[in-house]
Amino acid sequence: MNDRLPNRLELIGITKRFPGVLANDNVSFAVKPGEIHALLGENGAGKSTLVKMIYGIMQPDAGDILWNNQEITVANPKAARKLGIGMVFQHFSLFDALTVLENIALGMDAKIPQRELEVKIRAVMQQYGLLLDPRRTVATLSVGERQRIEIVRALLLDPKLLIMDEPTSVLTPQEVEQLFVVLRKLASEGCSILYISHKLHEIKALCDTATILRGGKLVDTCDPKEETSRSMAEKMIGAGLKEIKKPANTLLGRPKFIVDRLTTRPDGAVGIGIAEVSFTVHVGEIFGIAGVAGNGQNALLDALSGEITVRRGEAIRLDEAPIGAVGPTERRRHGLSAVPEERNGHAAVPEFALYDNSVLTARDRMKMVRSGLLRRGVAKTYTDKVIAEFAVKAQGPNATAGSLSGGNLQKYIMGREILQNPSVLVVSQPTWGVDAGAAAAIHQALVDLAAEGSAIVLISQDLDELLSLCNTLAVINEGRLSRPMNIEDVSIEEIGLLMGGVHGESAEMAPTVVPPTTIVAPTPMAPEAEPAHAH
Amino acid sequence: MGTDFVIAAIITIIGISTPILLAGLGELVVEKAGVLNLGVEGMMLIGAITGFAVTVMTGNPWLGVLGAAAGGALSALLFGFFVLTLNSNQVATGLALTIFGTGLSSLIGLSFVGRIVPQFGSSFPPALSRDPIGRLFFSYSPLVYFALAMVFVVAWFLRRTRSGLILRAVGENDLSAHSIGYSVIGVRYLAVAFGGAMAGIGGAYFSLVITPMWAERMTSGRGWIALALVVFASWKAGRLLIGSLFFGVLMWLELNAKAGGLSFMPYAGSIPSQFWAAMPYLMTVVVLALISMRDRGGSSAPACLGKPFLPAT
Repeated sequence: MNDRLPNRLELIGITKRFPGVLANDNVSFAVKPGEIHALLGENGAGKSTLVKMIYGIMQPDAGDILWNNQEITVANPKAARKLGIGMVFQHFSLFDALTVLENIALGMDAKIPQRELEVKIRAVMQQYGLLLDPRRTVATLSVGERQRIEIVRALLLDPKLLIMDEPTSVLTPQEVEQLFVVLRKLASEGCSILYISHKLHEIKALCDTATILRGGKLVDTCDPKEETSRSMAEKMIGAGLKEIKKPANTLLGRPKFIVDRLTTRPDGAVGIGIAEVSFTVHVGEIFGIAGVAGNGQNALLDALSGEITVRRGEAIRLDEAPIGAVGPTERRRHGLSAVPEERNGHAAVPEFALYDNSVLTARDRMKMVRSGLLRRGVAKTYTDKVIAEFAVKAQGPNATAGSLSGGNLQKYIMGREILQNPSVLVVSQPTWGVDAGAAAAIHQALVDLAAEGSAIVLISQDLDELLSLCNTLAVINEGRLSRPMNIEDVSIEEIGLLMGGVHGESAEMAPTVVPPTTIVAPTPMAPEAEPAHAH
Repeated sequence: MGTDFVIAAIITIIGISTPILLAGLGELVVEKAGVLNLGVEGMMLIGAITGFAVTVMTGNPWLGVLGAAAGGALSALLFGFFVLTLNSNQVATGLALTIFGTGLSSLIGLSFVGRIVPQFGSSFPPALSRDPIGRLFFSYSPLVYFALAMVFVVAWFLRRTRSGLILRAVGENDLSAHSIGYSVIGVRYLAVAFGGAMAGIGGAYFSLVITPMWAERMTSGRGWIALALVVFASWKAGRLLIGSLFFGVLMWLELNAKAGGLSFMPYAGSIPSQFWAAMPYLMTVVVLALISMRDRGGSSAPACLGKPFLPAT
């Protein structure tokens, strides 16, 4: 990076108004060639709107966009790509029924024969270590693999500015490091990178400059290396961050929730099942399950929530009651609540009002149904309580779930389950795509619930989250669960290896394994590697 | 059953399969782009009458086919305006198109009742179809060969061309296609117009080839069979060809049963023609069940089929 170089991209006074909201209010900043520039802000701070205008999906109401000091209008994404602006979306714009190759071909404006394109794709994948079979159908790929398509697609266009929207949420620590290697390499070749993330330590590790947005306004442009994560988070939220209050040195109670050799069938060609999963969660314990997306987390959540049942009821026991063979409604009566990863369409019905969504999971425990008739008043009162206690930004219980932002909907869903006072709570990815403020509130709620004597199973890909909340941690890989580890005894390196497919004891006895698929850079402690997949 | 009988049966079956093949190919492309147009029957009738009228006025059946294509495409564009520009419900609008097409074709047809149109010439020199085997290959109307060629054109277009890939992308995930920068509405208009043109030509096959005269509702529900055919073929052009012949056999059995002429089949004499008429729909349901069993709840239907395109603003 060179300060004397002209700006590659400069925004001057960008303003964008939606009905009722000022999404961007007079935002100005500049990006140099080869600079990695962070864009930081809570959900709803206007980051997405801003990059959508740079990428030509929306047009600003006021303000100028300068590209290499020329004032430009980015009419559409095609025009953006022509200028050399590439984007990796947070929500992948992929076509499930098409192959990797076809998906990438769709993103290319130049008409390249597919055979030639495949050669190019393989070259880029090789160069940056993004391994993927171009001929696989996207529907069969994991979230992490899908993201690689997006990255390859953007890199093929040889961009001068690459916009990355929350790129690391689904990657292992090793993959994150590897992505950073890719991004630093790109930057050293002169490509500018606009990096949107909530993960402050990543921004500190990677970015040269950070622009912080709050409520559509620019708060600060700073050097993240000179800031602490905390100071940046405070600028982003506008108030002091609350520390998670964890009850000191909790003594765990009796075993509450026992999973014993739980096995499910693989789900068609797409998903994978879980195999012989066993663990015990005690009263007051938060049991974390780490792992890269697509390693059986969904099957595990479905099996624990009761969406998938097994014949052997004893495979899942809650207070000694066998519940493995009964469905979600019966399990809820036993006090087991579950929050799946997908907020819209799985945990909540987007078209329904919030109070109707409350009825869907709380009807029995909160007595919202009497002789087959809904008691709307009860449902609304309960929903009001969820909104108030979890600080959900919503226009009352009549607002549809789909009208809430991701973070607020997640707070509502967590609140809906937690206020039912479940004795066992199973959650998957509770803070995926949620801003730091909401994430902190959700984390605090989980800790409080455990302190009140519930047993919690927390499935997450966010290691920071797991390490800060859990008492016990296990790693899921290809449907198998590692030995549970006390949180004080684990190291990031060990978890990373387990996530990469090295199971149980073998991780300790032979810490040298480099699985073929995920880890490219061998860990430093691997002098005489013996490649083996320890199953 | 002699060889002659079998060959005559095959020739009839290929003939009656052609209109559903034509209309089905059009609807296949429409549905691949994510639009469900239930107005195939109506578009076929409009094609039948415009094709007939143009042929009567010009004396040239080829111009009639062009007219049928234009008539079908225009009625499809009207449907497109409602569902694509005004975002009206596709199912309801498609049904309305069928009702509209039925009525409009009857109205236009009033002044053409009893008229006779000139026929297509034979596709090949008559010498080629003197013996039975020759007839099996060379005796059809040019529209039959056209339909067959279109199977390969549509399959090639969808699988091998960039435009076909874009069209499939629009039908699979309209929002993504939009965010990449493709015109979802534009692609869908073109697909809908193509579907209308093909349905129109399929309709003209009735009024210009099967019975070279106009009769109200002469397509007699074949538009619905074409719709079922697309599902039956699980949205693949090659299977559409096989399916159209299979449905052709069922329609042929129905026609024979109506005429009381199934005596050549043991036990079949007592089966009412309605049974055969119902079979294409029954088989479609069976195929649908088989597909979803194989894919475990999934479906090979385009993911955005029938959904309006509502981009975030």
